[in-house]
Amino acid sequence: MKMIVAYIRHEAFEPIRGDLLEAGFPSLSITEVKGSGRQKAITEHYRGSELAVHLRPKLKIECVVETRDVDRVKEVILRHARTGSVGDGKLFVLPVEEAVRIRTGEEGESVLQAHYEEVVGSNSDGA
Amino acid sequence: MDFVLATADDLKQAIDGTLPDTVPANTLWVVVAAVFVLLMQAGFAMLEIGFSRMKNAGTGVAKILTNLSIAAVCYWAVGFAFAFGSADVLGVSSSIIGSNGFFLQFSGNGAEAFPVMGFSDAIPESKFLFQFAFCAVSLAIVWGSTLERIKYSAYVIYAVVFASIIYPIGSHWVFGGGWLQNGETPLLPTGMQDFAGSTAVHLIGATGALAALLLLGPRKGKYGPDGKPRPIPGHSMPLVGLGVIILFFGWFGFNPGSTLNITDTRLADVAVVTLLGAAGGVIGAFVATQIKQRTIDIGMVANGMIAGLVAITAPSGYVELWAGPIIGFVAGLIVVFGVIWIDKKIDDPIGATSAHGLAGIWGTLACGLFTAPRLAEYNAFGNPEGGLVYSGSFEQLIAQAVGVVVAFTFVFTLSYVTFAIIKATIGIRVSEEEEEAGLDIVEHGMYGYPEQFIPQSEIGAGLSGTPVSAPAAPAVPATARAGEAPA
Repeated sequence: MKMIVAYIRHEAFEPIRGDLLEAGFPSLSITEVKGSGRQKAITEHYRGSELAVHLRPKLKIECVVETRDVDRVKEVILRHARTGSVGDGKLFVLPVEEAVRIRTGEEGESVLQAHYEEVVGSNSDGA
Repeated sequence: MDFVLATADDLKQAIDGTLPDTVPANTLWVVVAAVFVLLMQAGFAMLEIGFSRMKNAGTGVAKILTNLSIAAVCYWAVGFAFAFGSADVLGVSSSIIGSNGFFLQFSGNGAEAFPVMGFSDAIPESKFLFQFAFCAVSLAIVWGSTLERIKYSAYVIYAVVFASIIYPIGSHWVFGGGWLQNGETPLLPTGMQDFAGSTAVHLIGATGALAALLLLGPRKGKYGPDGKPRPIPGHSMPLVGLGVIILFFGWFGFNPGSTLNITDTRLADVAVVTLLGAAGGVIGAFVATQIKQRTIDIGMVANGMIAGLVAITAPSGYVELWAGPIIGFVAGLIVVFGVIWIDKKIDDPIGATSAHGLAGIWGTLACGLFTAPRLAEYNAFGNPEGGLVYSGSFEQLIAQAVGVVVAFTFVFTLSYVTFAIIKATIGIRVSEEEEEAGLDIVEHGMYGYPEQFIPQSEIGAGLSGTPVSAPAAPAVPATARAGEAPA
């Protein structure tokens, strides 16, 4: 099991979420964060004075998947998050030791993500 | 021609003690009403800022002030003369365009120079102030629809054209003594009725907005890949509420002020019918959103009040009190369904095309239904037998419909051409990245709500990015500092 953590531009999130959902990875969390990197500061002007804002807003995605799915998820995130300009963000893959579904107490890889068949099934029922 | 300042004459009469008492009294009312209408700028600003996201909250302040000021100078220079002046120019009749009163210098006395307002003895300067406030309202309506993506410079250029040409000529035809109001043409045998500007102010503004929207396109993310509209909620419903109530207040200068006098005491009647129209609008929108989505949509109820007020604007000097709530109620229904309908294809963040456009059309047509014969006769415009419910004749309704079509076509054409030229030259909207970042930082280099975007730790940190307090007293030994990696 691996956790993928990516810091991306806000506007990249919607297409990533859509594609991951379609590929059977509906479970993820996001946090709005502010951080700095190579992207240069924004200069704010306020009544004649200047203020450099180094910390820029980014979106942090966290998503835990089975080890064999890491590449698929990584590919989706990179495809949509990459604009080629400074400030696209970074992606990390971390090992995960345990996973528990709180509602049932189930443990292990089966609690990660919905199976693709389930997603399709619930779509046709729900819609 | 002999140009004089009206104030010179009036002042002399006042000194001589020959100025009739009604002049200062009526002038005072018109100035007070004008100031009420000027306060509506705050209403538009708050309404539109409330319907914007936080990253676009500051630009509204700058935009309303800039455009109000540009419009003031343009309307004073040429707009007022085009809209209300008497003389013929270059062989063009004053029923097409006025040409007396550029820079408020006019020939003849006030009543001759601005004949359609000649029934009031308030001095021309007060009438100018009042009519300018209307022009500024109409202009403010345009930009509300273009929120969150229009280029600041594009809008400033449009403001010049709008306040100098589009609004003055359009409003001249409808209520400035132009051909739509006078009638007696083959197209329009009966004159059109528009007491305070459902068409002349609100529909004209909304039509400019529509032209802009068609060239501007929707905000990023407004329509999903399936083409369905997605809401982009504004950041503050309390500001929307404040804006609407300021507009409501201002409307009591807008409609009752259009009497231009207090001596016939009609301002009170007009004020009451305005109140009833606003009330009808809120109730109509309340019912419509309840039916449509089983909730009371806050923004829609706000739009309902605007729609009721817009709709009652044309009939406010023509109908009896009982018609007020009916006209308002229908406007409230129209605005809710109109917003939902227009939203399917056109991204109008504040619903101006519905609240000012569709409700403006309805209000104008409502004269054709409800105009009372006694008031048609008193105002001396349109069919003296009144609207359909009194006369059983469609004559006035047809006149209203023709007026709406002509005003819409004229304003739409000029606005579309203006915006198209702007689009082809300097561009009409900001880039995608700029739209993402928000107009506040892009156009103004600052935020409307800085603490929302700048981490607290960075505020006061200075341009270098070094905390201000850090270099003051470095208590670290030089040896330790040398060991640090260079930043």
